[in-house]
Amino acid sequence: MQPPHLLQGNGIMKTQENRKSMQPSYSYEVQKIRKDFPIFAYPVKNKTLNYLDNAATTQKPQAVIDAVTGYYTRECASIHRGIYSLSERATELYETSRVKAQHFIHAASCREIVFVSGATEGINLVAQTYGKMHVGPDDEILVSAMEHHSNIVPWQMLCQEKGARLRYIPMNPDGEIVLEQYERLINARTRLVAITHVSNVMGTINPLREIIRMAHGKNVPVLVDGAQAVQHMPVDVSDLDCDFYVFSGHKMYGPTGIGVLYGKESLLEDMPPYQGGGDMIRSVTFEKTVYGLPPYKFEAGTPNIAGGIGLGAAMDYLRFLGLENIAKHEMELTDYATQRLLSLDALRLFGMAQEKTAVLSFTLGDIHPHDIGTILDQEGIAIRTGQHCAQPVMDFFGIPATARISFGLYNTKEEIDAAIEALEKVQEVFR
Amino acid sequence: MPDIRNLYQKLIVDHYRNPRNFRDLPDANRRAEGHNSLCGDKLSVHLIIKNHIFEEISFNGSGCAIFVASASMMTEVTKGKSVQEALAISKRFRQIVGDSSESTPEGIEMGDLKAFSGVRGYPARVKCALLPWETLLAALERQSPVASRQSTVQ
Repeated sequence: MQPPHLLQGNGIMKTQENRKSMQPSYSYEVQKIRKDFPIFAYPVKNKTLNYLDNAATTQKPQAVIDAVTGYYTRECASIHRGIYSLSERATELYETSRVKAQHFIHAASCREIVFVSGATEGINLVAQTYGKMHVGPDDEILVSAMEHHSNIVPWQMLCQEKGARLRYIPMNPDGEIVLEQYERLINARTRLVAITHVSNVMGTINPLREIIRMAHGKNVPVLVDGAQAVQHMPVDVSDLDCDFYVFSGHKMYGPTGIGVLYGKESLLEDMPPYQGGGDMIRSVTFEKTVYGLPPYKFEAGTPNIAGGIGLGAAMDYLRFLGLENIAKHEMELTDYATQRLLSLDALRLFGMAQEKTAVLSFTLGDIHPHDIGTILDQEGIAIRTGQHCAQPVMDFFGIPATARISFGLYNTKEEIDAAIEALEKVQEVFR
Repeated sequence: MPDIRNLYQKLIVDHYRNPRNFRDLPDANRRAEGHNSLCGDKLSVHLIIKNHIFEEISFNGSGCAIFVASASMMTEVTKGKSVQEALAISKRFRQIVGDSSESTPEGIEMGDLKAFSGVRGYPARVKCALLPWETLLAALERQSPVASRQSTVQ
């Protein structure tokens, strides 16, 4: 069951052994974990890369790189077709990743896991299938004020086509959803709520249980954009009871070009196909995979096989480290960075939600974020500057752009200290 | 490794903090707008040209330091110059920031614009320095709005 190449990462296995022997006082050995990521051996500006742009994409552990190269090296074949052993092997690896994804988010069945290119395609898929089927003139779709453009534009396109209306769930100045106003917005014309799990600008963790319960109380399904959540905390879609959940592989230490759309089986069954092409029909060869139409009716054409296998390796990796441990480590980093950032003169932090993680957006006096980014780059520090594909959030705060620090499982307090020192240098340059 | 002060020279920071000719020009007979959607830089350039001379030039807008300083110095250096001289300065500026290897005649008075030589070491920032100049050219050609060549949609 366990593909052998997934067990090669030395740091991981040691960590796991340590975890077993040291329980319950497991310590998160970040320096050891960093050795799983080959990119840190490649200096930027003659300095060890200080990568603080994890909300954009994450670095890849050797286990993921090995899984992808392993497929291309040893198992390269098309899947779901060949009756020869190489294809069966590739199919097994790819479909094992689907099962891993199922377990990763606690879906009831692997038939509820549709492989897509990323969260963006997952949302577009739902808009173009479920949306087209259920949204009509004068209907309404609710999205929140803190959405990434990828959870706004597909719904705008659908609303335009159908003569429906896109409405916004407001947030308060701390960057939290105002639940009372949200509940009032749900009405008999509401066809869907589409909301992010974690804000890519402020790190706000939305109270999904409440949000979903309120929507379901009025028979409205909920799509959750989990692109900024699955890498930071355990996610249980069955417990949340969300109807759709999407996420991207590359933001959770997996390859680019692969992601997951989770949908409740009953919903997926009723939805029309997304794209036409090969592989939309039942598989006939593999004893383990006697499937109904979903998820395959949404997966036309030869899929991103290497990506799917790499995503499975990323999920194994996160499971080995333990998402609870990662969450704890990143929460410590977030608290530490918040405190250190706020000690800087004229620093303004955006998003002070009670529940937040791993993402910090800020401005520094009148210094443009782009200039901050350039100066930090000279120190080998990678941060994001700009609008973060969330222009409505920028408009809400009345600012053109922010600088953003976002953490991953390999970041350290020393890296935060280096970033603070670099920000002091920025202030000095602009003094 | 280039020192960050090569890019953010005191002169550039000063022009960012106190941009010159930063105002509207109600009597302008040439105008153009430019924007870069990557970083949100945007500006409008206003000109009064009489007898082929830049009688007045001003700008409005907001953006990063490199961009604002470039626009500010552009208005200072080109004011009172002929259209032809301004075009020559623009060409020379491209050379200074490393965007062009086209030869330009000697003796063009560049003034403070020489401070932009540090931009060469930062390819990602060249477009910030150039957008005001591209917008100026558009105003001369009456093309507006201008999107930065390398701008990307976010």
